[in-house]
Amino acid sequence: MTTGTTAGLGLLACHSCGLVSRQPRNGEHAECGRCGAPLHARKLYSVRRTWAFLIAAALLYIPANAMPVMYSSSLFGSQQDTILSGVAYLWSSGSWPLAIVVFVASITVPLLKIIALTVLVVSVQRRSTRWPRERTLLYRVLELVGRWSMLDIYVVTVLVALVHLQALATIQAGPGAVAFGAVVVLTMLASMSFDPRLIWDSVDTPHG
Amino acid sequence: MTTAPASGILVACHHCDFLHRETALAPGGVARCRRCGSMLYRNSGASLDRAVALTLTALVLLVIANAFPIVALEFQGQRDATTLVGAVEALYRQEKPLVAGLVLVTTVLAPVIELAGMLYVVLPLRFGRVPRYFAHAIRLMQALRPWGMVEVFMLGLLVSLVKLGGFATVIIDKAFWSFGALMVVMAAWTVSWDARELWSRAQADAKP
Repeated sequence: MTTGTTAGLGLLACHSCGLVSRQPRNGEHAECGRCGAPLHARKLYSVRRTWAFLIAAALLYIPANAMPVMYSSSLFGSQQDTILSGVAYLWSSGSWPLAIVVFVASITVPLLKIIALTVLVVSVQRRSTRWPRERTLLYRVLELVGRWSMLDIYVVTVLVALVHLQALATIQAGPGAVAFGAVVVLTMLASMSFDPRLIWDSVDTPHG
Repeated sequence: MTTAPASGILVACHHCDFLHRETALAPGGVARCRRCGSMLYRNSGASLDRAVALTLTALVLLVIANAFPIVALEFQGQRDATTLVGAVEALYRQEKPLVAGLVLVTTVLAPVIELAGMLYVVLPLRFGRVPRYFAHAIRLMQALRPWGMVEVFMLGLLVSLVKLGGFATVIIDKAFWSFGALMVVMAAWTVSWDARELWSRAQADAKP
């Protein structure tokens, strides 16, 4: 028996306005009495959808890092840049604080996000009851940091727009940029699909 | 569908589903979940006047940030300036419509629609009226919230300027400063409202 949880008491909370209402008796489609938003005890198909977005993100993470995000050409020759070589350039030109920022935002954050969300979904599927508070905290951190991975997309955008002195130098966006943008969007969708309340459901009903 | 018992307002934790009773907070105070430590709600202490002022300021800054060039590049006598929309266009012309769309949505469309929605909601509330489609406007703003990335764009801008600084003269233009100011105003704006507060405000105003 659960005490203290919204679902355990037969109630539903509105994800939009926050109003707590009773679950309809016959299990029909529920709507918030105040704002009209559809009510669900848990996010719909949370585990399945999180997996789908995660797998897609993990697959695209490879071309995002292996393919060039940028082609630059000038009178002196041409060059292609991946995300990592962009970081290396910043490092060797002496802007090592920015190099660290870009490395963390573009390479570490998406990878850690994919790994951490995988750990969270697996722990929920195995109905783990360990460290629920820490796992919830991990999820909250993931929600906050994911957006910073967009950094490199904006760098490419600004460079492409500014460097088009046709005869002298041009910068073109590469296929890596498309894959990278997709990774950021997919990891954001994955973390939005995951429902952290599932972590606590295993704690509340360990044999359920 | 009936609402929850009238004895005190119930607040459900969106992260672990634990149920709480709402207590009054001092201005600037934050209520956290007893079980998982996530934020339940806050008392921003912000008046509707402040919310209106911040929203209008952010909208004006966003218009300036989009209307004027952000930076210009001077290289062997040639000068190239770009606006944000110009940068999106350049990506589009290079057959990267997905990346162009992503940049357009995250730096222009999501913030503009979110701010316009906020103005649509708070301005009538300020004069004691609840606008039509109040619930829809709030849900739209909540859905767009994660996709507005003005602050990430600002950092991306800085990184690209450092990269360009090596081989050309970079001239910082009007929109650059607007983006900087917008980042600060948006940070203050984000904490100046939450759906709970707006809803309790609207309920107090609505005539039975």
